[in-house]
Amino acid sequence: MSRADAPAGTAVIQTHALRKVYSEGTEAEVVALDDVDLRIDRGEFVAIMGPSGSGKSTLMNLIGCLDTPTSGTYRCDDVDVATLDREQLAALRRDKIGFVFQGFNLLPRMSALDNVAMPLGYARVPPAERARLASEALAAVGLGGRTSHRPSELSGGQQQRVAIARALINRPPILLADEPTGALDSKTSEEILALFKRLRDEDHTVVLITHDAEVAAHADRIFVMRDGRLHEEERAP
Amino acid sequence: MNFADILRTAIFALRGNWMRSALTSLGVIIGIAAVIVMVSVGQGTQAEIERQLSGLGAQKLDIGPNVPRGIGGARASASSFFTLNQGDIDAIKEEIPEVSLISGSLRGSTQVVYAENNASTSWQGVNPDFLQINGWQLAEGNGFEAGNGDDRVVLIGQTVRQNLFGDGSGIGESIRIGRTVFTVIGTLAPKGMSGFGRDQDDILLVPLDTARRRLMGAMGLPPNAVMDISLTVARADDLAYVQGEVESLLRQRHRIGPNDADDFQVRNVSQIVATRNQTTSQMSWLLGAVATISLIVGGIGIMNIMLVSVTERIREIGLRMAVGAGPSDIRRQFLAEAMLLSLGGGVLGILIGVVGALLVGHYNTELPIQLNGKVIALAAGFSVATGLFFGYYPASKASQLDPIEALRQQ
Repeated sequence: MSRADAPAGTAVIQTHALRKVYSEGTEAEVVALDDVDLRIDRGEFVAIMGPSGSGKSTLMNLIGCLDTPTSGTYRCDDVDVATLDREQLAALRRDKIGFVFQGFNLLPRMSALDNVAMPLGYARVPPAERARLASEALAAVGLGGRTSHRPSELSGGQQQRVAIARALINRPPILLADEPTGALDSKTSEEILALFKRLRDEDHTVVLITHDAEVAAHADRIFVMRDGRLHEEERAP
Repeated sequence: MNFADILRTAIFALRGNWMRSALTSLGVIIGIAAVIVMVSVGQGTQAEIERQLSGLGAQKLDIGPNVPRGIGGARASASSFFTLNQGDIDAIKEEIPEVSLISGSLRGSTQVVYAENNASTSWQGVNPDFLQINGWQLAEGNGFEAGNGDDRVVLIGQTVRQNLFGDGSGIGESIRIGRTVFTVIGTLAPKGMSGFGRDQDDILLVPLDTARRRLMGAMGLPPNAVMDISLTVARADDLAYVQGEVESLLRQRHRIGPNDADDFQVRNVSQIVATRNQTTSQMSWLLGAVATISLIVGGIGIMNIMLVSVTERIREIGLRMAVGAGPSDIRRQFLAEAMLLSLGGGVLGILIGVVGALLVGHYNTELPIQLNGKVIALAAGFSVATGLFFGYYPASKASQLDPIEALRQQ
């Protein structure tokens, strides 16, 4: 465990000896993750850094329950993901993980409100409640007046706020952001990062994947991936 | 997602590319329309056969001329068309005791005039037995009697009566048929449309001799000619025997050598129906083949477009999986789109098929049609089945996508 001095909290992400190998047993074998131990508690804002090819995306896919490990364990909000099938992984993503992507990934023909409400359908929330929850979520990210706009009618920063509102709509304990500021200018990036900090203060757990040290610096703790291994970076006091 | 969600999402997706959706449905539209027309015609024919056989048909024989055609199908001269005559009728009546009723007939069409009303109609010159052989009842007045000879008397059908006399019966009035004045002695009870859409009540019946003398005009008929002869036998079981007797009697009378072709033909109603049935059954097979091929081609079209759609929307699928859609959710969504395409095509096909069947019935009176709910339900079922069958593969392909790969696509 890399944190001796961590305050006692509830772990929402806990991995032990996590290992992911691609093309195992062939000449093309790649060890993408090697013996990764990671513990992230509720209400933390954590950044995971690393150059491309370092295994950072593999780690994100595992944390995001999009993939299962070759060996080791991952407990996502106290659920062991190793034994789950694809349907159960989907249900776990729906309930535990909110994704924010570099390219926003909004559906272009739908309004902001419908984009945000989309995951509620898979959570079987009654239709009448969906619109109310979605407009509340949009208001919470400062887009209360833009519910009927389509993504193409919104700026990059606004689109990313819509995506964040969508990620939070099912109240997941983990917000997983993959290069969320990669497509934004520096001013808008600051706004999005400020939003993450606010969410952290509201007891959301934010995991930020980035290659940019400046962006990572906003997080409370920074991990660095190098050749499939995870190291925690010591912060200057 | 519940059923309404799946349906709404599918409609939304299809509307986004409505032109493509419409074209994709075209195969199913054609296939289902063909199914409707095919089954309607088939059922109508079946009903017509049953109707004919249940009436006097089982006891009736029709004898008509059998005129050899010249080169290129040109008919021989008018006089050689009349190979039958009154002598044949008398001989049959005399020599074949199983025959109960017999009548010759001549037919034509002409103008009929009463005061300032005139109408175009068809006439038939007949013997007194004709009414009973063909199931005609009198509405008012009297029928023909054997002693009518060449009296200028006429029985009029309900359509003619209405055209000439409006609400009046017309009995006792004088009407002009062609160039001859006739007295109306009775009106016929309505028979309605025939199974083939012809108005059977648009008719005049006059005595056979009168017709030959006054209405056939200067066609140069052989003496005592009749166009055809119809007869009934007392017992339906005798029909085949009587048919054989009539054939040998006529061959003898017409002096036809053992190796020569008959100049007449004897048909019973079931033969006529069977011949027609063969035509309609060929038509049905043709339409059935068109329907099957169209549904298969339409289904393949749907499968093709759904595969394209899965590829185009791979990021959407990846995103939906990331936010919690399971493989079964994705499969249901794409299956719903495929079924909506084929069901939409099916509904349009049913509309076009119903209109098409009605048009066939209207313009082609040889093909009776019958539409019913069972046919329509069958067609709708076919279209849903097409969507399910051809939509399953693309839908399951979509559901098996790896969300990581799908999200990585640009």
